[in-house]
Amino acid sequence: MAKISGLGGRLYSGETSFNIVENRKRWYSVSALFILAAIAALVIQGLHLGIEFKGGASYTVTQPTATVAQARSAVAGLGITGEVIVQKIGTTKVRVQTGAVTPAQSQAIESALTTTFGVSAESIDTQLVGPSWGKEITRKALYGLFAFLLAVMLFLAMAFEPKMAIAAIVAVVHDVLITVGIYALVGFDVTPATVIGFLTILGYSLYDTVVVFDKVRENTKSVAANSKMTYSQAANLAVNQTLVRSANTSLIALLPVASILFVGAGLLGAGTLKDLSLALFIGLAVGTYSSVFIAPPFLAQLREKEPVMQALAKRVAARGGAAPVAATQEVRPTTGSGPRNQPKRKGRK
Amino acid sequence: MSTPNKPVKTTGRPVRALAILAVLVIGLLATALIQGATSVRLGLDLRGGTSVTLQPRASNDSNKITSEAIDQAVSIIRQRVNSLGVAESEVTAQGSGTNRQIVISVPGDSGRRVVDLVGQTAELRFRQVLAETSALTANDTTTAATPASGVTPAINAKFAALNCADPASRQGTGADAPTDTIVACSRSGTTKYILGPAEVLGRQVSKATAGIDQQGASGWYVLLTFNGEGTKAFGSITARVTTLASPQNQVAIVLDGLVVSAPSIREAIPSGNAQITGSFTQTQAQDLANVLKYGALPLAFDRGEVQQVSPTLGSDQLHAGILAGALGLALVLLFSLLYYRALGLVTVGSLAIAGTILYLLFLVLGKSIGFTLTLAGIAGAIVSIGITADSFIVFFERIRDEAREGRSLRSAVESGWLRARHTIIVADTVSILAAVLLYFFAVGGVRGFAFTLGLTTFIDLLIVFIFTKPIVTVIAKWNFFASGHPLSGFSEKSIGRKHSSTPLEA
Repeated sequence: MAKISGLGGRLYSGETSFNIVENRKRWYSVSALFILAAIAALVIQGLHLGIEFKGGASYTVTQPTATVAQARSAVAGLGITGEVIVQKIGTTKVRVQTGAVTPAQSQAIESALTTTFGVSAESIDTQLVGPSWGKEITRKALYGLFAFLLAVMLFLAMAFEPKMAIAAIVAVVHDVLITVGIYALVGFDVTPATVIGFLTILGYSLYDTVVVFDKVRENTKSVAANSKMTYSQAANLAVNQTLVRSANTSLIALLPVASILFVGAGLLGAGTLKDLSLALFIGLAVGTYSSVFIAPPFLAQLREKEPVMQALAKRVAARGGAAPVAATQEVRPTTGSGPRNQPKRKGRK
Repeated sequence: MSTPNKPVKTTGRPVRALAILAVLVIGLLATALIQGATSVRLGLDLRGGTSVTLQPRASNDSNKITSEAIDQAVSIIRQRVNSLGVAESEVTAQGSGTNRQIVISVPGDSGRRVVDLVGQTAELRFRQVLAETSALTANDTTTAATPASGVTPAINAKFAALNCADPASRQGTGADAPTDTIVACSRSGTTKYILGPAEVLGRQVSKATAGIDQQGASGWYVLLTFNGEGTKAFGSITARVTTLASPQNQVAIVLDGLVVSAPSIREAIPSGNAQITGSFTQTQAQDLANVLKYGALPLAFDRGEVQQVSPTLGSDQLHAGILAGALGLALVLLFSLLYYRALGLVTVGSLAIAGTILYLLFLVLGKSIGFTLTLAGIAGAIVSIGITADSFIVFFERIRDEAREGRSLRSAVESGWLRARHTIIVADTVSILAAVLLYFFAVGGVRGFAFTLGLTTFIDLLIVFIFTKPIVTVIAKWNFFASGHPLSGFSEKSIGRKHSSTPLEA
């Protein structure tokens, strides 16, 4: 533990430094690869939408001896059109999912299940979703998404600077794309709880980015006047100085989410808790990555295009790059194997 | 970057901040006690019950989805649900303006009936009264002895058996075929009727308004205007019944199979404009006008989602939520203590106080604005443990940064706070922004999640300002921390400070 805290000190002073901003092409390619895979998965496989989006009905019977075959045969003769999915959930539950049903059909299914399994109708957990409902909540979620992005962009532009707002939003879009892509690729169920998770990732990812950008802003405030280092070098120092903080905040945020996931998936088998925490878990991990490896390099790239910063870069280069902080040199900790492994190593403590 | 050892003044007075916190907690506790709120109101997914979400849809061009129409629909559906007599049933509109859904929640097993009952778009009908009695008990047929023609013995028997004191009879079945002769209770349950076939329909009413007679002679009244078809039909029914003896000179306005009003007709009304007078209060007159204007429900509804949770699943979900929360909290506390040593105790204390305030707010809000805790809400609270702890990390790491610059601990706390404060405010604002927008753009579970997330982020801001910072200011003066004790979390080893020549003592 002390060794890691010590690392924090070395990162702060610049004694140990990772070339995160300079190696941006490496991070961009990694992300581009993931995003391409995500888009491909979305196009080819698509998302596995829950009945909340497609419309349909779901009946869960709690009965330890219930089998999938029993439930299937109970529902078979009822003339339900479309696919009927029967699943065992946990050890004591069987869930029957159908497409859209009429109220009469729904009652028929319920009474078939009550007679087959000898349970009361009240003890069956049911969910009926109208066919237009999914469109409605999708539409609302999208409105929410755009309103959020717009509001945050304006807010960050005011609290920080416009280019930081752009870089932060790029990172957020990156996170959502990759998370959604993972969902398409693995085929996890997408339910409204998942959508809550997706939307919450936005807030989380931004929290991490804000912490990093706040330090970047502080370090680069008088960077042009000092002529000691370029914008990119100053930004890189900020990223290194906040690395321990980013790792800690992400880990702390992941701990409760991981326990929801563990309990939700382990005890309940399926439902709100699992769907929500899975989306959060994946999104948080991606969000931590982007707040360190995507947002700051992208910001530096935007700012380096400014004439003032280009002039600064020339002045610094003319001095032979003798910045007090050796941002252009890579100083590795003795046990480290490379910059990419560093955040991971700390995350394991 | 900052200049090392620039003197930094202590910001704020720690004792005052802690006093404010104490007043706040005691105030909340007192409010909860005064309100008599002893337990958090749980949502249906945590205790079992049925919830139905209805999506408004304009049924034709003439009735657009308006805010008033939704309000009107909510109150009509609320009447229907209340007639079931299940305690703690709720009918609310969620969302904003015309973009709202109506959510009906009924706890317990009886919820099943709600699904069948609500959302029926029964029609408003005008029927001639054939017989009327104010008797409440079944089998009391004295005043219904000689009904008019068209009343079969079967109807008479039904009428005799009808017990309007039974809430089940006042549910409003909506199963009254327009061409049938029916028996019906009044909405209040004080009168029962035999009614002829429907002669005028709700859609033939073009306008209805409540007004008051300025001379005060007849008080509040309702003005009614029919369209062409309605004028003819209303003209013919009024012409026919006005000469008959009471109660057959009355025309009942029937909604959902219940008699809303049964005014007697003084004269034939061929003009299509009628005035209903009686001893109305303002509310009664306006309600009647609304009923006449909107018919049954002002809007058609698509049944968006019906969810039924059995009490068993409800308690399972509640236990799982509590377990996940306890586990998550334990992990965060363990991490804080391992990494920040004694300083981690500040995190423990801050989270404990945040938790206390959150619980008290749940109690108070449950009573005052009907806040219910759902599974998604619990998830929001658990997730926020991380966000809250994040603020402490940002603060603690800032203090360490400042100490690395060579400051004494006391001065590092103050200058670190000034910088961390900005980060925390901006980051929490983004979180609150996310929560507020989620809340307004979503329905059902999402809203519960957004609400708790927003609430806890707000509490986080509060705690950082009036507890965490003041406490750290106080303990920074203690020798244990100021001297950089190995277990304090401020040891030179854990900070990794370079300039060890500067003594840590202030």
